[in-house]
Amino acid sequence: MYEVEYQQARSVADAATLLAKTGGKALAGGQSLIAAMKLRLAQPGTLVDLSGIAELQGIRREGDAIVIGAMTRHADIASSAEVKRAVPALAALAEGIGDRQVRNMGTIGGSIANNDPAADWPAALVALGATVVTGKRRIVAGDFFKGMYETALADDEIITAVSFPVPKKAAYAKFPNPASRFALVGVFVAQLPDGSVRVAVTGAAPAVFRASGIEAALARSFTAEAARAVAVDASRLNADLHASAAYRAHLVSVMASRAVAACG
Amino acid sequence: MGANETGIIGQSVKRKEDARFLTGAGQYTDDVTLQNQTHAYFLRSPHAHAKIRAIDTSKARAAPGVIAVYTGADLEGVNGLPCGWLITSVDGTPMNEPPHPVLAKGKVRYVGDHVAMVVAETRSQAKDAAELIEVDYDVLPAVVNPVDALKPGAPQIHDEAPGNRCYTWSLGDKAAVDAAFAKAAHVTRLDLVNNRLIPNAIEPRAAVASYNRAEDAYTLYVTSQNPHVERLLMTAFVLGLPEHKVRVIAPDVGGGFGSKIYLYAEETAMVWASKRVNRPIKWAAERSESFVSDAHGRDHVTHAELALDKDGKFLAMRVQTTAAMGAYLSTFASCIPTILYATLLAGQYTTPAIHCEVTAAFTNTAPVDAYRGAGRPEATYVVERIVREAGVETGIAQDEIRRRNFIRSFPYQTPVALMYDIGDYDQTLAGATELADVKGFAARKAEAAKRGKLRGLGYASYIEACGLAPSNVAGALGARAGLFEAGQVRVHPTGSVTVFTGSHSHGQGHETTFAQIVAGRLGIPVDNVDIVHGDTGRVLFGMGTYGSRSLAVGGTAIVKALDKVVAKGKKIAAHLLEAAEADIEFEDGKFTVAGTDRSKTFAEIALTAYVPHNYPLDKLEPGLDETAFYDPTNFTYPAGTHICEVEVDPDTGVVQVVNFSACDDFGNIINPMIVEGQVHGGLAQGIGQALLENCVYDADSGQLLTGSYMDYAMPRADDLPSFKVTTRVTPCTHNPLGAKGCGEAGAIGSPAALMNAVLDALAPLGVRHLDMPASPHRVWQAIQSAKAAA
Ligand SMILES: Cc1cc2nc3c(=O)[nH]c(=O)nc-3n(C[C@H](O)[C@H](O)[C@H](O)COP(=O)(O)OP(=O)(O)OC[C@H]3O[C@@H](n4cnc5c(N)ncnc54)[C@H](O)[C@@H]3O)c2cc1C
Repeated sequence: MYEVEYQQARSVADAATLLAKTGGKALAGGQSLIAAMKLRLAQPGTLVDLSGIAELQGIRREGDAIVIGAMTRHADIASSAEVKRAVPALAALAEGIGDRQVRNMGTIGGSIANNDPAADWPAALVALGATVVTGKRRIVAGDFFKGMYETALADDEIITAVSFPVPKKAAYAKFPNPASRFALVGVFVAQLPDGSVRVAVTGAAPAVFRASGIEAALARSFTAEAARAVAVDASRLNADLHASAAYRAHLVSVMASRAVAACG
Repeated sequence: MGANETGIIGQSVKRKEDARFLTGAGQYTDDVTLQNQTHAYFLRSPHAHAKIRAIDTSKARAAPGVIAVYTGADLEGVNGLPCGWLITSVDGTPMNEPPHPVLAKGKVRYVGDHVAMVVAETRSQAKDAAELIEVDYDVLPAVVNPVDALKPGAPQIHDEAPGNRCYTWSLGDKAAVDAAFAKAAHVTRLDLVNNRLIPNAIEPRAAVASYNRAEDAYTLYVTSQNPHVERLLMTAFVLGLPEHKVRVIAPDVGGGFGSKIYLYAEETAMVWASKRVNRPIKWAAERSESFVSDAHGRDHVTHAELALDKDGKFLAMRVQTTAAMGAYLSTFASCIPTILYATLLAGQYTTPAIHCEVTAAFTNTAPVDAYRGAGRPEATYVVERIVREAGVETGIAQDEIRRRNFIRSFPYQTPVALMYDIGDYDQTLAGATELADVKGFAARKAEAAKRGKLRGLGYASYIEACGLAPSNVAGALGARAGLFEAGQVRVHPTGSVTVFTGSHSHGQGHETTFAQIVAGRLGIPVDNVDIVHGDTGRVLFGMGTYGSRSLAVGGTAIVKALDKVVAKGKKIAAHLLEAAEADIEFEDGKFTVAGTDRSKTFAEIALTAYVPHNYPLDKLEPGLDETAFYDPTNFTYPAGTHICEVEVDPDTGVVQVVNFSACDDFGNIINPMIVEGQVHGGLAQGIGQALLENCVYDADSGQLLTGSYMDYAMPRADDLPSFKVTTRVTPCTHNPLGAKGCGEAGAIGSPAALMNAVLDALAPLGVRHLDMPASPHRVWQAIQSAKAAA
């Protein structure tokens, strides 16, 4: 580490002011940011801690949606009775993130702001058609995730909550990277209230994307076999030490079929 | 062992050291804080291979808090780091030993090579300043694979090692092997890669060096498995300091697995600099530094051939191995793929003729040296993979082909230099077969098939040579050090005991096991015995802990010292009891005149030794403090069979280890719980190698691609099944404990057992070969290739 200024924000407006004034970075659970600072990949002069802001906390039902405050920890989402009742797939996804320590510190807001290409939450947001609420505006998930580690957020813009419409059915199937246990491929399948099917894939490409071929197949027949039969195009997928693009493409249909099976 | 030594021996006494470890009271090197201490940071090479045109440290020197900045040019008069084992090539020439500078001189040869040392008031100041050092590099092409390094036209790493060759060495009778192959009914051939591993001890390397002007002496706290060896190498070979002016302390050490045997550049530079800055200097590696700069393990590429007769008896084996040394020769690098590898190629079998040729190559990578098992896992992997293959090719069952070739008469002289003293391989194979419920395997396999999964069973019957080593044998083979051990038993006036051992505990539980030996022999409570290790200022000498040698060699030195304590005690007792010395018996803590009830307790004798009022002062010195050195007459030969059962998901390539059974013969066992713990840890590491771990350097840039846990896959608890382990005992014939050693066995047998199981599971799909690790991606690819070929 190196020396850094630490500021505690009292409200979203306060945090925005501090960020604008100092050019610093928001600190949520620190699970990505602090690690990046230790490696000196990120070197903010000031950290603006969001953990004391009451309005960023909590999980609530608002009509046909589950709204999760940006500073809600993965562990709290995993154990939330409200989430388990409305969208059990979200609780299961949260339970599959990292290890206990990471889940106790890491937040949904931090995860989506970071937009790691292998993070789990982006798949859920895109498949469920969630809305990201910030101090300034509401952004639909499809417009929020831009590219690798890139989002629609402005520098001093703070995520306050994520609103998930409650689906008919949903499930997430994750194939973990054997080393990091982030998603080598993660597929979130959702059948929305209007009957449409959305399939969002994380880990496989530079950013989360919708698998339109699988969506079309599942619209015709919402079965594991239908998902499994789709050959996914490997040409734009990641290839690295842990998986070739072809293997990732294969895993997308395997994990999609497993998610469909888990939808019940 | 005599009747008086039973009781506490063989009991699972709870580890004495655990109270401090579990309550956070362990004292590790990074816990040491000396007054007025400064901090070091090492600037490391970002390139795998580059000429250093110039280094400008002026900005760093002017940075806040900086006390000094040193580069290779400052270390005039400091020698390079030595290699402790001379290997002689087939053509009679000594191995090529290029200099291993403490700080780079003129060139860097791997990513992580140490270029400069910054000493500052704080860690972050040192690190900040290091970023200001300007190094003008002329980047050169790099080579990271040992086979590529030996090809004509490969980048030349050292002028002193043409073609990047360190040596080409061989063992065994080539003519006899050729003759046997000529008349073989069947020949099995196999190409294998033994994957490079990063040790990943939980405690990164660390050191605190200080210089005392009043005494003109140095003290070094360091994460070491062998502080006396560290001191000897550092003073005599590198810094030219008087040995008695340097005290090396290896306090609690959080795991070594070999990686903390070696003399490293960091602590050497720090000792040197501590006098110049005249203040203590501390350094602790960050995890990223451990990845790039700890000595790595394995990294072999091997071609092997096994000749069999028509009945499946092994006639001969031929092995050619290319072994990576990395960029420089680490302390014991040269002997690992030779002396500790080729000598084990007989395995548990009567193969009458074996020939092995090893070429060691320099590569632009971190140095490679001993890692848990050191050479013996590599040998076992070759032998047990090719034995499986031979069984498959000849249609002989896996247990049967092993049984047909087991050695059954001892002592047994192998064709590769070793003399096995004792063993019972049928017994350990039978024990493992039972544990693994081999009988029920077919039913389990059928059940798995219904779920779309493939089950496989894999065997590995391993042997290792431990208890390093008879010094004269080691010397004849090129060792530049002895391999004995020292022990001292100091009896205090009240009868409690402090033992000083040259072995070092960094997870092995010596403080308990050794105390049990002493308590059992002297008939006193375990709590009355303390074990001191890891300090050249308190322990007379020691060769340290590696190669599963601590109990067999270090423990025996203690037994020899105990013999002397008892012998002297008898003399004192004879005087007090007015009996002949020959009539005194010692049992259960009492010296008794044979056939009478006249006796003195051990505590009474101890008190008399220190309060010698009624004492044969004319014949006997007062005091009760005895020392022994023990040099073994042979290696010890732990052996056993591991059976692994896996389930493969053919859809994803995921391998799950569903059962792992190990039946080991470690000779006599002092503390079964500690032994079981050692086996569990070893199995986890071996399974880690076979299933998950893989150190990868980029072939072009030489960058370490697996430089963090994001990419280097360590085994986690949920990757492992609940192990089934048991032991059988044939006591070692040449040490008084009858002990063989258990520290490495787990890591030696398990990789081959696991890979054989995976290959067995995949056989129905036509997969014939797979290299470690059996990652989902590799398994899936192997399935695809087999499908494409079908
Ligand atoms: C060992 C380990 C394993 C992990 N495994 C997984 C895994 O399996 N799956 C997975 O998805 N993730 C995983 N993670 C990442 C984890 O989920 C992190 O918690 C998450 O990526 C970042 O959340 P955070 O709250 O810690 O954010 P921080 O690290 O504090 O911040 C991350 C970034 O987001 C910004 N930020 C934070 N909050 C806001 C906000 N409200 N508005 C605007 N910007 C904000 C910060 O400025 C920073 O740039 C793992 C992390 C670790 C250390």
